[in-house]
This record gives sequence, structure tokens and C-alpha cells, in this order.
Amino acid sequence: MTQDSLYIIASVGLFGIGLYGVIAAPHILRKILAINIMSVGVFMLLVTSAKNVNSTPDPVLHAMVLTGIVVAIAGTALALFLAGKIHALSEASDEDSH
Amino acid sequence: MNFNILIDSCLVIGILTLACLCLATRNLFTAIVLFVSLGLLIAIAWVRLDAPDLAIAEAAIGAGLTGALLLATWRQMRVERAHGDADSPKKSGGENVSNP
Amino acid sequence: MFQTPDFKNNSYENELPFATRVLCAIVIGALGFGLIAALILTENISSSLPALVQQKLTQSGVQNPVTAVLLNFRSYDTLLEIGVLLTVAVAMLPNANFNSDINPDMPGGNRSSGRLVSVVNSAAGNPPLEAFLRWLIPMIIVMAGYMLWTGTALPGGAFQSGALLAGAGVLAQLSGRIQFCFTSTTAKLLLTIGLITFVMVAIGVATTTGVVLQYPLELAAPLILLVESAATLSIAAILLLSYNTLATQVFESPSEHSTFEHSAFDKQPSDVTETSAPNETLQSQTAEDPKS
Repeated sequence: MTQDSLYIIASVGLFGIGLYGVIAAPHILRKILAINIMSVGVFMLLVTSAKNVNSTPDPVLHAMVLTGIVVAIAGTALALFLAGKIHALSEASDEDSH
Repeated sequence: MNFNILIDSCLVIGILTLACLCLATRNLFTAIVLFVSLGLLIAIAWVRLDAPDLAIAEAAIGAGLTGALLLATWRQMRVERAHGDADSPKKSGGENVSNP
Repeated sequence: MFQTPDFKNNSYENELPFATRVLCAIVIGALGFGLIAALILTENISSSLPALVQQKLTQSGVQNPVTAVLLNFRSYDTLLEIGVLLTVAVAMLPNANFNSDINPDMPGGNRSSGRLVSVVNSAAGNPPLEAFLRWLIPMIIVMAGYMLWTGTALPGGAFQSGALLAGAGVLAQLSGRIQFCFTSTTAKLLLTIGLITFVMVAIGVATTTGVVLQYPLELAAPLILLVESAATLSIAAILLLSYNTLATQVFESPSEHSTFEHSAFDKQPSDVTETSAPNETLQSQTAEDPKS
């Protein structure tokens, strides 16, 4: 059980847990959390394959993951904003029907 | 047992357990807090994988800022309270610190 | 997953049936095992890119290979990434609410929508938090500057220091004393300076070396530092704007025809009654509350 295989198991496990969460979780915030967990799994797989034993790790993959982290938080911010807006509008339509 | 493998396996078990718990709890606030702690464990995992730049970025962005955004939205959606409470206007971000 | 997600109640009564969930878990588990087996059994493909980066590292102007890749070898990706961040900021900007009720009698109160940072004197104070922040925020700013500077040789760089500055802004807003208004001129300048600097550097070096984004060898280090500084300011402003919008957003329901004061975004009162009205001030909300 090498270090690489441990982190491969962790990354595929995170991706699977996130995918199950997107499918099965009822509330929208939970789905957004699950999407973030999926992206963390993907980043872990990229960084594991960037690791070399002898020399410095692969910097191109690190740069890609860094870009990915920043774009993931931007996407999460937009998704949370849209979720809040839909929540407010659906509450308003509930009030009108009362 | 090799010390490195011990550390890595503890980290991996912790990460997978936190991810399962994060999506299995009933309380949304608990899920968000568990997600922040998952981000911190992932930052330690980046250090173990020889990626210090990613560790700094994950701790600041992934754990800190994502947690703040999620908590702000959770409060905005007022999930835990009754339906009638959600219409009171929000004044400023300073209210976040006084309400649990 | 084909049902509408819950927005209001955190209830578990609309969950998928148990059999469907177990089936999903089994399928995902099987796929996961297959993936793990495939990944563990595959040999690591030796790529030629790390050796290439090590060779050309001295010509890139920095010593940290990740910074060299981000800002020199793959600078087009970083340029587009800052563009993506700016797009998200533009999407969230109109809903950032700013309470501009200025109390003119309060000494030292200077809240207006023309300033980026306003100090609120009337908020309920939290003295331990404020005392802590007086020490912490300057230290965070110094740390962010250090991380920007040392990103050329050690781990660090523009994204990390931008995130630190955004964290400092979130802390300042959470104390209640400081409010950010992102419709001011300073804010718009900060939001866009990263992309503008990067594009101008990209086109500027094209006039010298003939290829867009190819830095001349002796100017590579100063240009990278210039682009990184502008990107730090921009990233910090965009992330802080996201938090500010999510924490202070107020939505007006579409059917309420309310009287409200004109704010910076309103053209006529009839324009905004069918959609949510941004920048609603506090006085108008307290005026409607007895009605609703």
C-alpha cells in the first residue's frame, strides 16, 4: 500500500461521495457542498499524479490545480448567489398565494 | 509499520470520514462546519503530497472563503427558522457575529 | 436527482426512495472500484514537461517553478482565469446592498456610497473582536505583501496573497464597524486593474518581441511582479465582493409596488417593480414592513 495508492483511493472515494451527494441530497446547499467535494477529489488525483519521488513535482499540474481552486470558488459563489435568489423569489410567490 | 504510511492512512481515513459525515448530517450548519474542517485536512494532504503552494491556497480559499460564503448564504436562506422569520430585512454583515 | 431541489425547508420528506438511493450507491461504488483498480494498475506516464520547465527556469525570471508556469509559461491560462473571476464579479455586483442611511449627527460617521470603505459608528460594538482586529488586520496585510514578494522563489504568489487580503476584508466586515461599498469608483478600479494590467502587458511585450505574452528576457522578473501585484488586488476585491453580496443581499418580491428612495442603480420607479430591486435602502424596508 504505497502512498500513491492511498491518495488515489481517497480521491476516487471523495469523487464518489460527492456524486452520491449531488444525486441524493434534498437541499440545494447540500448539493453545492457535494459538488465542491467532487472537485476536491479531482484535484487530489491531479496532484497525486504530479508527485515524483526523485525530483521536484510537476509544476504544470500544480498550476492547473491552483487555477482550478480559484475557479471553483468563483463558481460556488455564483451558485450560492443564484440559490439565494431563487429562494427569495419562491418565498415571495408563496406569500402571494396566501 | 512505516511512519509515512501511518500518517497518510490516518489522513485518508479522516478525509473520507469527514466527507461522509458532511453529507449525512441532518443539520445544515453542521454540514457547512464539517466542510470547512474537511478543507483544512485537505490542506494538510497537499503538504504531504509536496505541494506547498496548493496548501496555502486551499487553506485560505477552499476552507476559509468558501466557508464564509456558505455561512452567509445559509443565514440568508434562514433554513433553520420558521418561514415567517425570513422576511425581516438584513442590516449589515455585522449581524453575523452576534447570532449563533 | 430529477426532482426540484429544496430551497426552503431542510426536510427529508422529498428524498428519493430508499431503493433508488441504494442503487445509486451500488453503481457509484462499482464505478469507483473500477477506477481505483485502473489507476493503481496503470504505470505513471513520464511526461517531458517537468524536465522542460527545469531547463528553462532560469530564463523565466523567477525561481519558483509553479509561479514560472503560472505567469510565464502558461500565462494565457492565468489571463483567462482572471477574466472568469471578473465575469463572476460582474454577475454579483448589482445585488451588493449598501445601507447608506447616514446619521449626520453621529461624530465621525462617514458612510456614503462614494467610498469603498466606510466606518460605522452606530453599530453595536464587540470590543474584544475589535481589539483583536486592530492587531490582526495590519498583520494580515503585511503577510499578504510578503507572500506576494516571496512567491518568486518560495511557495506563495498572487492567488494566495489575494485570498489573504479577502479574508482580512471578511473579518473587517464581520466586526460590524466597517462596511464596503462596491459601487464606488475605487472599487471598480480595484476590480478591473488585474485584467487591464495583464492585457496591457501582454500587448506591450508583443510590440517588442513580436509574440503576444512573450516577455523579453531581461524584463521578465519586473513584468511578472507587476502583473502579480495587480492580480492580487483584483482577486482580493473580487472575492470580497462575493462575500459582501452574499452577506448583504436583500431581495424585493416582484409583486410589491413599494415606494423607495432612488439609489444609484434606479432609473425610474416603474422599471424595477417586476424584478428584484437592488440597492434597496433600509428606510424603505422599514416603511414596508407594517404593510406586509
